[in-house]
Amino acid sequence: MNIIVNGQSMKVDDELNHVDQLLQSFNLQVKTVVVELNRQILMREHHASTVLRDGDRIEIVHFVGGG
Amino acid sequence: MLKIGHHSFHSRLLLGTGKFDDLDVQSQAVEASGTEVLTFAVRRLNLEERGKRHFLDTLDLKRYTLLPNTAGASNAEEAVRTAELARASGLCDMIKVEVIGDGITLLPDPIETYKACEILLEKGFIVLPYISDDVILAKRLQLLGVHAVMPGASPIGAGRGIINPYNLEIIIEQAVVPVIVDAGLRSPKDAAYAMELGADGVLLNTAVSGSGNPVTMAKAMRMGVEAGRLAYEAGMIPIKRYAAASSPAEGMVHT
Repeated sequence: MNIIVNGQSMKVDDELNHVDQLLQSFNLQVKTVVVELNRQILMREHHASTVLRDGDRIEIVHFVGGG
Repeated sequence: MLKIGHHSFHSRLLLGTGKFDDLDVQSQAVEASGTEVLTFAVRRLNLEERGKRHFLDTLDLKRYTLLPNTAGASNAEEAVRTAELARASGLCDMIKVEVIGDGITLLPDPIETYKACEILLEKGFIVLPYISDDVILAKRLQLLGVHAVMPGASPIGAGRGIINPYNLEIIIEQAVVPVIVDAGLRSPKDAAYAMELGADGVLLNTAVSGSGNPVTMAKAMRMGVEAGRLAYEAGMIPIKRYAAASSPAEGMVHT
């Protein structure tokens, strides 16, 4: 299926259809990220139960240096 | 003690985490500053840099309170979205409301800042708006219920120091919540001056991260803040027009 992650269109395996699986597939080094799915914040405890669908827009954000 | 909402801090220096070139230097600078509050920005994760070490991950979060900002927001709606993303991390409940109204001066938009504060207070955040040195806006935001006000000394990163001590003094005099002087500071003298005026704290970033030696500068800023605060607590002498001798006028050997 095709999803949009951080503004970029991306093709992912159809089996990779849960948010936690998608995050794991990215192999992120950073410990703390926050996910928005179609403009709704997705709390961490819902990552495993949330199913991704074709056309979903996902934002993965984190803390960076700033004043 | 500096009290903001339910948080209490011994240190009155809040440190920004932007523009440090090196993670180890940054860690040492944070240590040298003695700060207990670190600011962060919220950004999209760059998937190309997903293997990079992150400063936040090197921190002992029992020692530091995170103060995310809404930098990048140009209206209240964007600021609220950023604040909610930050809080969803589960790491913080404070938010520095920063809504920039002009790309050249980076001065905050007072109307959008006010609107954002109103919404964020309803949502239960501990709200610290970054504002210009506007006495009335500071007052109105406090009536709204913000937990601190953060007037700028001069534009962000400009290093021009305190350009309107008069306004800062009035804001401080009238404040019912902590006043944190934020932005534009350059030297320990500026930090000390802000504290001498009675500020409850200062927030620095570029002054440390952009200096020749961030670790040494962090220490200098810590000392500046402490010196200024002590002077404020001690009470400074009044300014006089003419001299007042410090040695006794009696018993001079020549008379």
